[in-house]
Amino acid sequence: FNRPAVLSKSKKTLSKPGVRNVVLVEGVRTPFLQAGTTYADLMAHDLARGALQGLLNRTAFPKEAVDYIVYGTVIQEVKTSNVAREAALGAGFSDKTPAHTVTMACISSNQAMTTAVGLVASGQCDAVVAGGVEFMSDVPIRHSRKMRKMMLSLNRARTLGARLSLLGSLRLSHLVPELPAVSEFSTAEMMGHSADRLAAAFGISRLDQDEFALRSHVLAKKAQDEGLLTDIVDFKVPGKDIVSKDNGIRPSTMEQMSKLKPAFIKPHGTVTAANSSYLTDGASAVLIMSEEKALAMGYKPKAYLSPTYAIPKVLERSGLTLADIDAFEFHEAFAGQVLANLTAMESDWFAQNCMGRKAKVGAPPMEKFNLWGGSLSLGHPFAATGCRLVTMVAHRLKKEGGQYGLVAACAAGGQGHAMLVEACPQ
Amino acid sequence: MALMTRRGAGSAGGGPRSRSQRVHARALASRVCASGARTAMASARVRAAGALARSAFSRYGHFSANGRRSLSASAALLARTHVNYEVKDNVAVIRINDPTSKVNTLTRQLQDDMMEVLNEVWGNSAVKSAVIISTKPGCFIAGANIDMIKVCKSAEEVSKLSKEGQMMFEKIEKSPIPFVAAVNGTCMGGGLEFAIACHYRVATKSKKTVMALPEVMLGLLPGAGGTQRMPKMLGLPTAFDVMLTGRSIRADKAKKMGLVHHVIDPLGPGVKDPEERLIEYLEEVAVGVAKGLAKKTVTVEKKKGLMQKVQDAVLGIPLVRNQVYKTVTQKVMKQTKGLYPAPLSIIEAVQAGVEKGPAEGYHVEAVNFGKLAMTPESRALIGLYQGQVACKKNNFGKPEREVKSLAVLGAGLMGAGIAQVTVDKGVATILKDTTTEGLARGHDQVYKGLNDKAKKKSITTFERDMTLSFLKGQLDYSGFEKVDMVIEAVFEDLSIKHKVLKEVEAVIPPHCIFASNTSALPIREIAAASKRPEKVIGMHYFSPVDKMQLLEIITTDKTSKDTTASAVAVGLKQGKVIIVVGDGPGFYTTRCLAPTLVEGIRILQEGVGPKKLDSLTTGFGFPVGVSTLIDEVGVDVAAHVAEDLGKAFGSRFGGGNVDVLKTMIQKGFKGRKSGKGCYVYSAKKKDKQVNSGTEEILKAFKLTAPPAVSGDEDVQYRLVSRFVNEAALCLQEGILADPVQGDIGAVFGLGFPPCLGGPFRFLDSFGADKLVQKMKRYEDAYGNQFTPCQLLLDYAKDPSKKFHK
Repeated sequence: FNRPAVLSKSKKTLSKPGVRNVVLVEGVRTPFLQAGTTYADLMAHDLARGALQGLLNRTAFPKEAVDYIVYGTVIQEVKTSNVAREAALGAGFSDKTPAHTVTMACISSNQAMTTAVGLVASGQCDAVVAGGVEFMSDVPIRHSRKMRKMMLSLNRARTLGARLSLLGSLRLSHLVPELPAVSEFSTAEMMGHSADRLAAAFGISRLDQDEFALRSHVLAKKAQDEGLLTDIVDFKVPGKDIVSKDNGIRPSTMEQMSKLKPAFIKPHGTVTAANSSYLTDGASAVLIMSEEKALAMGYKPKAYLSPTYAIPKVLERSGLTLADIDAFEFHEAFAGQVLANLTAMESDWFAQNCMGRKAKVGAPPMEKFNLWGGSLSLGHPFAATGCRLVTMVAHRLKKEGGQYGLVAACAAGGQGHAMLVEACPQ
Repeated sequence: MALMTRRGAGSAGGGPRSRSQRVHARALASRVCASGARTAMASARVRAAGALARSAFSRYGHFSANGRRSLSASAALLARTHVNYEVKDNVAVIRINDPTSKVNTLTRQLQDDMMEVLNEVWGNSAVKSAVIISTKPGCFIAGANIDMIKVCKSAEEVSKLSKEGQMMFEKIEKSPIPFVAAVNGTCMGGGLEFAIACHYRVATKSKKTVMALPEVMLGLLPGAGGTQRMPKMLGLPTAFDVMLTGRSIRADKAKKMGLVHHVIDPLGPGVKDPEERLIEYLEEVAVGVAKGLAKKTVTVEKKKGLMQKVQDAVLGIPLVRNQVYKTVTQKVMKQTKGLYPAPLSIIEAVQAGVEKGPAEGYHVEAVNFGKLAMTPESRALIGLYQGQVACKKNNFGKPEREVKSLAVLGAGLMGAGIAQVTVDKGVATILKDTTTEGLARGHDQVYKGLNDKAKKKSITTFERDMTLSFLKGQLDYSGFEKVDMVIEAVFEDLSIKHKVLKEVEAVIPPHCIFASNTSALPIREIAAASKRPEKVIGMHYFSPVDKMQLLEIITTDKTSKDTTASAVAVGLKQGKVIIVVGDGPGFYTTRCLAPTLVEGIRILQEGVGPKKLDSLTTGFGFPVGVSTLIDEVGVDVAAHVAEDLGKAFGSRFGGGNVDVLKTMIQKGFKGRKSGKGCYVYSAKKKDKQVNSGTEEILKAFKLTAPPAVSGDEDVQYRLVSRFVNEAALCLQEGILADPVQGDIGAVFGLGFPPCLGGPFRFLDSFGADKLVQKMKRYEDAYGNQFTPCQLLLDYAKDPSKKFHK
């Protein structure tokens, strides 16, 4: 029931007596492409289907053995509001396997995985597929509220006269379309704007941000060239080529990057197109199982999963410190945001005044941090990023021979997610 | 570690809640007790009245009596406490911070320090541009120091102050290097005049950043070049608007108007105090701008829009400008009835500058500033401002426990209003009524109040929803076992009040305070039914509660000090200006109002029509005429109060016949709420017509006016003397603790003419002896309702006796 006590290092493990060990068996993703490129004519569920099929192909897992599917998405395509179900059916999963969609901004697939871990840990399921998809090449643009109201009334109008009088009320302003909210509903602030303020609050300079973004791209390029990004599964776009590589990795030079004007706060802001993650299309999926079932079915699980919210909590619960962590994978929405987070973790003032802690958490060492690139370079299809992070950290632990990995991500609405990942014995 | 992303999570310089906590400068005096807030209140008169919540002139200001100091270098360095500077990359960063006060004001010391620094900066050839910034949290410069003006004995002395200010700012304006004003927090009066003398302005969008020229509210004018620079910067119409209303302008609005060039957002928490970091950040941005200005990569001139160009062209024609002056003057005269000299002086100074050139403009500005400072109107308004500040303090100490949850009984106009101002500050509030209909109406009132704010964009719809979530409407007493305070706003009937008091006391915890919102019933009579009279207190709100600033708190001899402290703390949290008075029929405010209304009825009976009566009272400076006031208060309420207090105080409250009101009620003329009272109200017509039905009633009750005391002026003084005499009696009897609270209560609760500063300030300036003389004449004609009280007689006998120092 419990995992073997013998491990490569003498550290304790995360396993708890009486609780099933939950493992990551495999994780895959479609290549992440800049919005408006090769995926442009697809729909969200196409990419999701690609990731799900890729997962099945990679694992040769029997479809009927999947007990549940949880999938994340942020910008909803109204035609496929439960995109999890549409993609699962399309990918040939059993119609007896229930599927639901979750949304929690940039940590949607983190939440999907957390749900999966919970289902497995509680014994309700043995094998759950979690994942996320984001499709930014096409977003639902609506008629204005006035127009919608008129059209709905038109539906109910019984007589020609009533219809004509409704049509007569049509004004030019009715025709102004409504774009999906770029800014948060509760604060009316755009993410990039918020990131710029955050960077300013922590005194993160433009130079720091550009350097960090460059690091992300350089490391991603290296990982790509060395063939480390093995979580990618090929995706065939109908009528086009087979896509097998991310297309947003572009190491630039500091000089070129310094030429860009601020994208949000003008003219004195520090967040630019180059030090922000870009609009991305992509999907990811992971197979999460109980360890015993995985082993019984002959799989070699990659990592143990133990999610909760936010880093200090997750560490304290598991009795670990930052020094115990071998690989860090943090979501990079904006260079300024990552650096601000790292600065906050290093700050006693922040710990005392904003977290109710006695002392700082401490920041992760850069030599263990996002070594294969991050969202800035690989791309950030909002709801697909969480699974990418977890799979990547599992792969890194394997490659680097580490035991513990830590995944952290932030999301709109002031939410955050952290997950501890422990390498399974080889 | 979800640091990024959310303004709420990292709320900077005041999150969503603190926005609502800001007390807006409101045109209080305009709205009289129980009056509907229907009249547009842009008038300079009304603005001048009240609401000097934040002013150009700060009472905190510390007046340095040292005069000019030695200018020897070492002494200067040592003595320079208010202003310092450093040079960063060829930019002189000049930092202001008055160590002796919570806010920066333009004191002598600050000005001397500034001049010294400026001279050093100008003498340093390495300095190519400069930034002026305050390191004081939440305050750039709050304005000139009020004490500096108050100690002046003559107009010439004040003019001199004005000229010194003009000179310093002119030097900055004509400086060989560009100046950037970096504004965070209050930037008012002289502070704003300083900022607009600089060549470029950067401001933070912090909630505390507010720009205004509120001198007019103190009966003064912007005397350091404001009347000269504003028209150039904003154009005549906007400049007049800003200076004649004294209204507060937030940073984003200032950007739109062209008052500032650049705005920056407030920051959330980082690795230090957000405000501290914001000021650093502001400095970084301002230094960047200053460098750009020096290198000419940043330009000061902004592109003018088409509308602006057209306006400029039109206003280039002298004839058009003359028309503008004429129109503005007419408007001011209409709104102020000529009772406030400041707005006219402002127009004069602007006109002099625009038409005759800067030399004449600056001269007129300085001279007029001096003249205005010596006017009784200015003294009255400054007195009100300082009184208002004094009435925004809790003099009863910190209550033992903070009121965190509150229940309001009765979801009527008052109850819902009280609930609104309470949830507005994030206090969990139960609104209890006896019917679902009543509850729904009350809930709608709160929603509408908040939604109106959202429509005006002073809060977001999200903040509206969040605020509304503090409100819980219900029909029973569930949850009352946890509330810290109950405010009842049920029908004004002693037996009903007793009934709810007993019901409430059966369910509330022992520490819970019971407050009664009554306008006239003595609190001790209500408390008679209580098991714990030390926890019973009166909290008299004024309608509409969300607009009227005054709260009259009534203590009985049994009310404990902690109960009073708690009630005051709640009132302050609700944003109220508070007077604490002794118990008795009508307390203070209603007691002053009742004889005035009764006299008003008498005057109507004597054949002065409602319209004439209104114009006589507004002509005296009351924002609302007596006839309109009766309609707004409600004829039934007025009758009720007049009768009750008449019983309590006897013939002193006589004069008019209460049966006039009773007959009106019988005919359904209950005032505005019923559509008819002294006037006929209709939703569409703006111009109200006199109700012929009421005229007939008045004819039936007609009395002959003794001609010797019925002239227009006598009519005015009959009303005012009864008001003032009753106020003096309240002080004499100890209902009022001091004249300051008496003045504040009268102006902010009842609309006593703000230009007179309140009944006691009026007695000081008009002369108690003169008023007593008049009253004796009226006494001879009418009887003892005009008998001056002992206190008045005492003050009349000795003219050196003053209520205010």
